[in-house]
Amino acid sequence: MWKSNTIFNHFKSTLNFSLLSSRRFASTIAQNPSTFNSIPHANQVIDFPGGTVKFIPEMRFISESSQERIPCYRVLDDDGQPLANNFVQVSEDVAVRMYNNMVTLQIMDTIFYEVQRQGRISFYATTIGEEAINIASAAALTMDDVIFPQYREPGPLLWRGFTLQEIANQCFSNKYDNGKGRQMPIHYGSNKHNYFTVASTVATQIPHAVGAAYSIKMDKKDACSITYFGDGGSSEGDFHAALNFAAVMEAPVIFLCRNNGWAISTPTSDQFRSDGVVVKGQAYGVCSIRVDGNDALAIYSAVQAAREMAINEERPVLIEALTYRVGHHSTSDDSTKYRPTNEIEWWRLARDPVARFRKWIERNGWWNDMAESELRNSLRQELLHSIQVAENLEKPPIADIFNDVYDVPPSSLREQEQWVKDTVKNHPLDYPENISA
Amino acid sequence: MATLFHGVGAALTPFSASNKLLLPSPKSESRGAIFLHRSDARVNHAFNLKPATPNQDLFIPNAVATKRETSTKSGHELLLFEALREGLEEEMERDPRVCVMGEDVGHYGGSYKVTKGLAEKYGDLRVLDTPIAENSFTGMGIGAAMTGLRPIVEGMNMGFLLLAFNQISNNCGMLHYTSGGQFTIPIVIRGPGGVGRQLGAEHSQRLESYFQSIPGIQMVACSTPYNAKGLMKAAIRSENPVILFEHVLLYNLKERIPDEEYVLSLEEAEMVRPGEHVTILTYSRMRYHVMQAAKTLVNKGYDPEVIDIRSLKPFDLYTIGCSVKKTHRVLIVEECMRTGGIGASLTAAITENFHDYLDAPIVCLSSQDVPTPYAGTLEEWTVVQPAQIVTAVEQLCQ
Repeated sequence: MWKSNTIFNHFKSTLNFSLLSSRRFASTIAQNPSTFNSIPHANQVIDFPGGTVKFIPEMRFISESSQERIPCYRVLDDDGQPLANNFVQVSEDVAVRMYNNMVTLQIMDTIFYEVQRQGRISFYATTIGEEAINIASAAALTMDDVIFPQYREPGPLLWRGFTLQEIANQCFSNKYDNGKGRQMPIHYGSNKHNYFTVASTVATQIPHAVGAAYSIKMDKKDACSITYFGDGGSSEGDFHAALNFAAVMEAPVIFLCRNNGWAISTPTSDQFRSDGVVVKGQAYGVCSIRVDGNDALAIYSAVQAAREMAINEERPVLIEALTYRVGHHSTSDDSTKYRPTNEIEWWRLARDPVARFRKWIERNGWWNDMAESELRNSLRQELLHSIQVAENLEKPPIADIFNDVYDVPPSSLREQEQWVKDTVKNHPLDYPENISA
Repeated sequence: MATLFHGVGAALTPFSASNKLLLPSPKSESRGAIFLHRSDARVNHAFNLKPATPNQDLFIPNAVATKRETSTKSGHELLLFEALREGLEEEMERDPRVCVMGEDVGHYGGSYKVTKGLAEKYGDLRVLDTPIAENSFTGMGIGAAMTGLRPIVEGMNMGFLLLAFNQISNNCGMLHYTSGGQFTIPIVIRGPGGVGRQLGAEHSQRLESYFQSIPGIQMVACSTPYNAKGLMKAAIRSENPVILFEHVLLYNLKERIPDEEYVLSLEEAEMVRPGEHVTILTYSRMRYHVMQAAKTLVNKGYDPEVIDIRSLKPFDLYTIGCSVKKTHRVLIVEECMRTGGIGASLTAAITENFHDYLDAPIVCLSSQDVPTPYAGTLEEWTVVQPAQIVTAVEQLCQ
């Protein structure tokens, strides 16, 4: 009895108790209208880290989702007709060039997929359905902007002048490959084109882009960095920390999420429960926009605006491009196993970004059927020729196994290299012949 | 890797004088024939090297780092963490691309005060406080390095870099290779590790054993203020990604170091005490336990040769080999755990290369394969103590 009294007295004297008592006091006051105005609890605020926060007596939970989904910006409708006149105008040259590159990407993907099926390359992943995101975003950037791709973005490389022969060389891992035969097909990289080598690891490139933006900011260059990733990639920890960093550091970086509905066989409903990726921007203090990923003009406008914001206002921007992965995840996947064929076909035909853009440029008088067949034929020829050349070139030399691990190989690696060379020399029949010296 | 710099006390005046005259320009490449004295005593003529910035790569005639004669100036005394800071500051002064990122490195000055005062001097963009996301700020450092900066990423404790393992192994180590040599990653990753004083298991990790397999990175461990500063500078100037291992308990070591500028070689071991009877290989904090044991051993009539291997990846097999050929007995003393530690790899490397010169099997003293306990007495027993080193030498020399 005595003990509980002491405890009660102790409790009475603590801050908690006095807070409790003042709240009780406030609620009793509320019942008394004449004294209501003397305690302006509606105006009580406090300075927490980050700014003033208003207090409210109601317990309000923020809903996990808003009533309406964030709307999606588009310029052209499904039929290629502009919805309004307020979009960034694109000249005939740029538009035709964009279209050419989109078709190139489409044909390149179709043919290389077949080449893999024929067993001539080991692996390939197509970008079918996402040509607008690939090409239009690159068209809105300059050559000084550095690109950190995931692996479904060869478009910017094509736009920047990477040739089909170079693509073929990389896929066949021959001695003219930029990467010296060290990476899987489609893992392109070219410092000349400011396009950083693709790594298979998901989302690791996102913090790299932030680091590059930091470097650009320090150098005060008129440039930004851009990184691409998918809906699946946005689940990785690196995505979240990178957005957070970019906001804190005020780094000029564009985060472009290709929300194509699928991460291999995982649909977005199993990937996250938020309204897509665009709402995550605000959580980190990054401004964001949702764009129709199959509308080349919308992507072009959005990326151009984002680039200006990023560079002039020194802030990151998140763009979520809604699209659909028409192809399989890669040649190791058969997506008909986990999604209906008619869904795939509908997106392939009715929502093809290339066809949609074609309608717009044809309506402007910048394109026609004859130009189309000429383009497709010549591209096909060029591709088949490049593939043939690439296939017959020698593979990289054994020395390239050991170079570039360090700037200069240490003696241990030189020893290991000699051992391999000796083995190949002594057992020539066990090793392929088309290795250059 | 060619060894460009060799630690020397006295003969550095031409180096430091000319360095003050010229400003480094970020992307110039001066390819020139440089005479290179390697630690294995070969001289490479006309070895074309691409230095990071022009003209600082004058060669130094003496190869070995150990005998540093104190110059005519007496040098200055400082603690190991101050030596690290001095090296870092000199490099930041010299090259505007050098920057630091990590948790609390900015105005707080770093948890171990290695970056104290740098944010005030260079601004909080060059000395960047990061949010708590090790994998991501290491990734950021890699991206910054690929675009031309020379970042130093600080892990508040080496153990936290386990979170950065993905970026370190898959990107830091690999991107130079997989890009076909197009992108270099001249990043330095550093932090304190090792068993401290009752820091608990998670803060007493020896990451060198986990990282040693990653191709493409170099690992060095400092143990004295002199080699801490030299290795820090060498790591920053290196084009390869370097992981610099510091030890929590060595930060307050005091030593007199030269006033002149010096840079040590990343691939060289340090001869601490020449001897005849047995080669004791060690690094970081265990060097001090070994030297303590050495005192006892000398009184008992033994003559141990103590080598601080410093370069954990790759091993300086030349220095080690010369020593083995002389003494024919090897004792490795490390703080890593028995399984898969640096000692295990070193044992394999020495056995493979110098088997014929060994009179006895290599003995490796390491910590047990247990998480480090918190209780002081238990913690002490998980680390190799001088008494155990003395016993091991006595057994080895029978």
